[in-house]
Amino acid sequence: MMHLTRHRLEVADLLAEVQSAERGGTCVFLGTVRNDAGVTGIDYTAYEAMAVEEIERILAETHERWPDARVMLQHRLGLIPVGEASIAIAAAAPHRDAAFAACRHVIEAVKKRLPIWKKELRGDGSEQWVEAHDHR
Amino acid sequence: MGKVSVRFFARYAELAGCSWSAVNVQTPATVADVISRVREVFPGTQAMPPRPLAALNQRQVKLDATVKEGDEVALLPPLSGG
Repeated sequence: MMHLTRHRLEVADLLAEVQSAERGGTCVFLGTVRNDAGVTGIDYTAYEAMAVEEIERILAETHERWPDARVMLQHRLGLIPVGEASIAIAAAAPHRDAAFAACRHVIEAVKKRLPIWKKELRGDGSEQWVEAHDHR
Repeated sequence: MGKVSVRFFARYAELAGCSWSAVNVQTPATVADVISRVREVFPGTQAMPPRPLAALNQRQVKLDATVKEGDEVALLPPLSGG
């Protein structure tokens, strides 16, 4: 599965990558574009080659820490309208604790490490790069 | 002198006026040396913070990391993925 895509994210596709008969707990995180202060959409750009490498590193670290869990992540790029998902993470493990923990670990690492940037587009035609770390 | 590839992303690409270029620096250099040269060649990038995030050959590094001829330095605005 490609980690970066310009298409809509499909949760069912991620679930198919992680679920199995021995994994009884599955946790899904979706990050969706909010309608903050007139925002109509967010245009996501990435340093794609580095982002893919960093995602691979994050998933490898997660696997080391929770060896029984299986985790998959996709980040969408390009213009994403309000209400649609920019990121989807699915984590499945034999029990729920590991599924929640692995999923949380991945989204926090994504926020800190992925070379991805967002530009907010507003209904009045204005645009603004998001550079603050307070949009969590 | 050695040629080093430089990549700009997001707001920094707007400041530089391009997303890819190359600069000549005395190698071996540091990432900070490359950034100083970038500020001379692309005056718009003087609006970048004094110590921007940087990646060397696709890995985030500190500004004292050593740069060789042919390396790629990427200048990264504050990350906002997710």
